[in-house]
Amino acid sequence: MASYILKRLLAIIPTFLGVAVLIFLLLRVVPGDVVEARYMGEGGQFQSQDQMQIERKKLGLDQPLWKQFVDWMSGLARLDFGLSMWTGAPITEEIKLRFALSLQLALMATAVATLLAIPLGILAAVKQDTWIDYAVRVFSIAGLAMPSFWLGILLILVLLVVFHWLPPMVFTPLWVDPWQNLQQLIWPALAVGYRYSAVSTRMMRSAMLEVLREDYIRTARAKGLWLKLILSRHALKNAMLPVLTIISLEFAFLLGGLVVTEQVFNLNGLGMLFVESIARRDYTLTQALVMLVATFFLVVNFAVDIAYAWLDPRIRYR
Amino acid sequence: MRRLVHWLALVASAMLTLAATAQAPRSGGELIFPVPSEPPSYDGHREETFGLIHPVAPFYNTLLRVDPNDPAGTKPVPSLAESWTASPDGLTFTFKLRQGVKFHDGSEMTSKDVKASYDKIIFPPAGVGSTRKGQYALVAAVEAPDAYTVRFRLKGPSASFLLSIASPWNFIYKADLLAKDIHWYEKNIMGTGPFTFVEHVKGSHVVGKKNPNYWDKGKPYLDGYRAIFMRDSGAQVAAVRGERAHIQFRGFSPAERDSIVATLGNKVTVQESPWDCVLLVAINHTKKPFDDKRVRRALTLAIDRHEGSKALSKIAIVKAVAGVQVPGTPFATPPEELNQLAGYWPDIEKSRAEARRLLKEAGVPDGFQFTFTNRGIPMPYEPLGVWLIDQWRKVGLNVKQEVIEAASFYSVLRKGDAQVNMDFQCGYIVEPDLDLYKFLSTERNPANYGYYQDPVLDDLYDRQSRATNVEERKKLIRQFEKRLLDDEAHYLMTLQWHRIIPHSAKVKGWTITPSHYLNNTLDTVWLEQ
Repeated sequence: MASYILKRLLAIIPTFLGVAVLIFLLLRVVPGDVVEARYMGEGGQFQSQDQMQIERKKLGLDQPLWKQFVDWMSGLARLDFGLSMWTGAPITEEIKLRFALSLQLALMATAVATLLAIPLGILAAVKQDTWIDYAVRVFSIAGLAMPSFWLGILLILVLLVVFHWLPPMVFTPLWVDPWQNLQQLIWPALAVGYRYSAVSTRMMRSAMLEVLREDYIRTARAKGLWLKLILSRHALKNAMLPVLTIISLEFAFLLGGLVVTEQVFNLNGLGMLFVESIARRDYTLTQALVMLVATFFLVVNFAVDIAYAWLDPRIRYR
Repeated sequence: MRRLVHWLALVASAMLTLAATAQAPRSGGELIFPVPSEPPSYDGHREETFGLIHPVAPFYNTLLRVDPNDPAGTKPVPSLAESWTASPDGLTFTFKLRQGVKFHDGSEMTSKDVKASYDKIIFPPAGVGSTRKGQYALVAAVEAPDAYTVRFRLKGPSASFLLSIASPWNFIYKADLLAKDIHWYEKNIMGTGPFTFVEHVKGSHVVGKKNPNYWDKGKPYLDGYRAIFMRDSGAQVAAVRGERAHIQFRGFSPAERDSIVATLGNKVTVQESPWDCVLLVAINHTKKPFDDKRVRRALTLAIDRHEGSKALSKIAIVKAVAGVQVPGTPFATPPEELNQLAGYWPDIEKSRAEARRLLKEAGVPDGFQFTFTNRGIPMPYEPLGVWLIDQWRKVGLNVKQEVIEAASFYSVLRKGDAQVNMDFQCGYIVEPDLDLYKFLSTERNPANYGYYQDPVLDDLYDRQSRATNVEERKKLIRQFEKRLLDDEAHYLMTLQWHRIIPHSAKVKGWTITPSHYLNNTLDTVWLEQ
């Protein structure tokens, strides 16, 4: 197990490097740069090209590409992400501000998804081909069909038109005012959580159906064990494996991927920061965000693999 | 009888008092407004986004300001300067400053601060960004002969100088802070304005609170304001509809206005105005057949601006048919004169027949195809792009649209490969020197994407810029407009943008102007109970 963990950790390095090279090159291939976005965004007709060149020089954009890459990578190695090209503020500061909200939203949405998916998936599997099964399947297909931002817009409209109420517009951290915080985040968590529960519900159902057909389940039934015991002690752990993968990877995605949902609910999260940094051609910030998300995916993936070994005693890593 | 008269008099005076009180500004309350964009820094001399003006302008004053009650937004009035004089030759402007004006740190504002601020704008040191430095090319020097006098010496007469001093971007900074660190104001806020800085949470909001020592006694009326950054227009509409926000100072589309009015009814007031923003069609003179003015004239003659205005104003933020100046402003061409220019004829069939004739004469075959490069911003680029293509199709031109992402649009245009493209202009004040600058020869203004040289046009611009007589200036501007839009058809005007601000009826003391950069210090704004 230890050697497996070490191999996996070492494998992260080339993946990391590959992502770094890819994002660096992709950003520079796209036309325009941060100086262009900043000074030409509203016409910029009085802006002189000489002045814009001075700004580019200040940001190091006149340097050869290889030098820019080396500077960036050497900063990364020291965990120095540099300054935002747009605001000039340290990137850690820009990300820190938004991280708490995105993390909380990701956790809440995952909790909603898990609380819906697991019981509904199990129920649908146990009551296969009954009206309960059909109802759960319709519920999950509806979740798959509905984009979470659309559901979000609908939720806001219902709150506004029916209840004449809107969630708070400014983020309050959970530890400052939990009630204000929950009033704002419960709605996007429900919209996103429902969407993600749809995928997990279907996976839970099919995984459970497969496990329930196994010989050891038949043996357990033959022995006269209660269904509840069979499900909880024998079936669930094995059926959870694919569901765990999905839930974990979805969680990793939620951290920076909820761009439109954040816009709809006006959430100051990493998703919005991501999109804005790309629109502004803020290379340093975009690169840092991509590396952050990539790291997160790699870590979550790794954690899931380790969790597999705990869940399924048949799995042994060497 | 005497008692009845006495009681009637009492009732009448009570009613009059009530009526007077109802209109008198009320102190108190926090104004909440969404801002669609966040500023990259706090330096008004450097930035050019309204995302800076809306949340940050209330912390500052300028030397002059545009009259907040003037709907045309063209009249300079005193602000930190309480009066000014101009020398008979128009080359020296002397401003007398108010005394006792304090910065938020308690120190007094004097001419030293005004000079330092204007030196930074007009003569920035190396490495310091000043976006509008080019507008002050005529200024030879800024002097501070005494503590409350500032003098500007010009190299030549300028019709727009006074209005340029009323620029909402020209925040007056503290000289001592600039001397210590010329970049200080990029990351810090400290002015003389009606509000003091409380906090800025990046990506979230800016909060300001009432300056109790503001020089304009009795103002501001508000206790404070909160500017909330909201990119999504749906979220902004929901905030106003849900009465979580009072107003959004940039503008909404007709559909968004209608949805707010439908929900709030008489709890909302709608102010509308022509907007000093316009989408233009830049025709690349270096690309055949667009080097031929007959082809360019055909492109403008094909467009039915009058019908387009009626239809597009229902779905997009455009409305008025306009020339080079915003309709209703001092130098705007009256409609009856404008309708004589190519592309503005009321008889569209006659206009299109002429367009076809010109194309034939120029040897452009029926079904000729070209590419129209548009910017990837939905409103109003998309509907206007579709409309233009449809109009050109009516004279037998086959147009393919290429949409370029907003952030890279101008770098694509600067390559000079586009044939015909959408261009854009948004002024912060309606002033011909600012609005006509775009159309100067590319040698003088590299942001002219028509890539033409027209010394006659340049000369007309220079002469109108120096003309201090209003009537003479109007004549020159008309000549400029005719040459630009008709004789040479260097550029095409589409339709003037239309600014729509539906806001809570509780918001009083704010008047819409053609510029979304003006009238944002919030000192005159109050909230009715």
